[in-house]
Amino acid sequence: MLIKIAKPGDLRESDVTPESVYLSRRRFMGGLAGLGLSAGAGLALSGRALAAASDYQDVPAGNPPGWLEPKLANAEWESVVPADRQLDKLTPFDDATHYNNFYEFGTGKGDPARNADALKTQPWSVVIDGEVNNGGRFDLEDLAKPSRLQERIYRLRCVEAWSMVIPWLGIPLGDVIKRAEPTSKAKYVKFETLVAPEQMPGQDSSFALIDWPYTEGLRMDEAMHPLAILGLGMYGRELPNQNGAPFRLVVPWKYGFKSIKSIVRISLVEEQPVNSWQAIAPDEYGFYANVNPEVDHPRWSQATERRLPNSLFNPNIIDTRMFNGYAEEVASLYQGMDLRKHF
Amino acid sequence: MPTPRYTLTLWRIAVFIAALVPLAWWSSQVAINAAGPEPGRYLLLNIGQGILWMLFSTLSLTPLTKLTRWKGFTLIRRQLGLWTLTYALLHLFCYAVFILGLDLSRLGSEIVRRPYIIVGMLALVGLIAMGVTSNKWSMRKLGKRWKTLHKIVYLVLGLGLLHFLWVVRADLEQWSLYAAVGALLMILRIPPIARQLPKFRQLIKRPGRASV
Repeated sequence: MLIKIAKPGDLRESDVTPESVYLSRRRFMGGLAGLGLSAGAGLALSGRALAAASDYQDVPAGNPPGWLEPKLANAEWESVVPADRQLDKLTPFDDATHYNNFYEFGTGKGDPARNADALKTQPWSVVIDGEVNNGGRFDLEDLAKPSRLQERIYRLRCVEAWSMVIPWLGIPLGDVIKRAEPTSKAKYVKFETLVAPEQMPGQDSSFALIDWPYTEGLRMDEAMHPLAILGLGMYGRELPNQNGAPFRLVVPWKYGFKSIKSIVRISLVEEQPVNSWQAIAPDEYGFYANVNPEVDHPRWSQATERRLPNSLFNPNIIDTRMFNGYAEEVASLYQGMDLRKHF
Repeated sequence: MPTPRYTLTLWRIAVFIAALVPLAWWSSQVAINAAGPEPGRYLLLNIGQGILWMLFSTLSLTPLTKLTRWKGFTLIRRQLGLWTLTYALLHLFCYAVFILGLDLSRLGSEIVRRPYIIVGMLALVGLIAMGVTSNKWSMRKLGKRWKTLHKIVYLVLGLGLLHFLWVVRADLEQWSLYAAVGALLMILRIPPIARQLPKFRQLIKRPGRASV
């Protein structure tokens, strides 16, 4: 297939059209969906875009680094929200922070919340290298500085067939990549998580099948998509350690394992990277890992998902949507691709 | 010295209560909302491990009897076997009701399509076969064949561990521990090793002489 490579001087659609205007088209589409005129229920732009602060109840106050505080205060709240906020109700903070897959801290869902305290997130630097003109080692602060924080309320669909709805705070991944000035050879973006067994007990396990560092990748056009963000916070505050502090990827149309946590390295590369899960079980996990109800995991069906929290006799099973409900925005990225083969 | 009858009765009641404790504990965790946002899966996974605890306990009775010659271990064999079956049925119940939401058509298709579920169901069939023939009438009726039939417990152990292995996604530590216990219980049944067990009994009884 043809891969469009953005050159530093190229104009892209989003350079021409301000993103708020771009997204308001989605609001229009979402409105149509609400009236029953369209099946697409993608995104909606809220009127609270200029609100000064978030108002999350029952969320313990965070302890953000000094540089993040003014960014949190100046965030663009509810920049992207689900069209149906009744169906996609926010997952309680306590569940979103105590039911995590973050194998660096153990394989149990509660292990990350128990063990992630030892992770040192300040100072944090990130290496940007590979096919870029403006690479190097950056303080996270400097990397994030030029972009305004946006709140993105996204569905999160785990490959294990459960899902949540999380209000992330982040900056467009495309902004960061653009500033690194990719060369014409940059076709993929590869991400790596911190390796620090003294802070991450799961990396000490001699039975772990993952070959650390945890590695993920996106195709260049996926990475430049406006829905892909680098998350710095959630629920109006900085990220808790167990959710991938101090910053992580959030790609809402892919299974959760693509959204790599606690990133220390971003490499622009020519060859398709091998992500960690693909390396362990290539027949079960692919590179793309787009949410797709029609392509089952070999061990379980992906046609439905359990929206959490659920209760014993109400498992809250809902139909899984193509691209996790973001088909309208991202389906064009995969036009002509056999998604059974490129699962 | 033979153990008094009432002690043996108390022992059987104690084992019965002990087998209920894990179920009561997990249920109480769900009841007080301490089981996380997916309580059904919490029960499913914990009870799944509980099956192996019960199966291991059952399989440890023969070596323990050889070691101690205490009658109490033989007396709880059927009870623990039936507990293993009960845990396995509860595990299936959790899967069907809490995970699949009682969508029976999906239960059917999952059983046929997923190798780990096929293996798990085969193990359950084995446990059911032993469970329904665990009464005295069946023992009389089946005669010598009864013992042969109940050898499928070893097959159930293998299938159970395989089912567990195929659920593991990225870390084999916990599974390895369970597999090691299962392997140990099998090793203790290898005839030359099994024959040594009564000798340990003498060592335990007369530690003074053993050191000479």
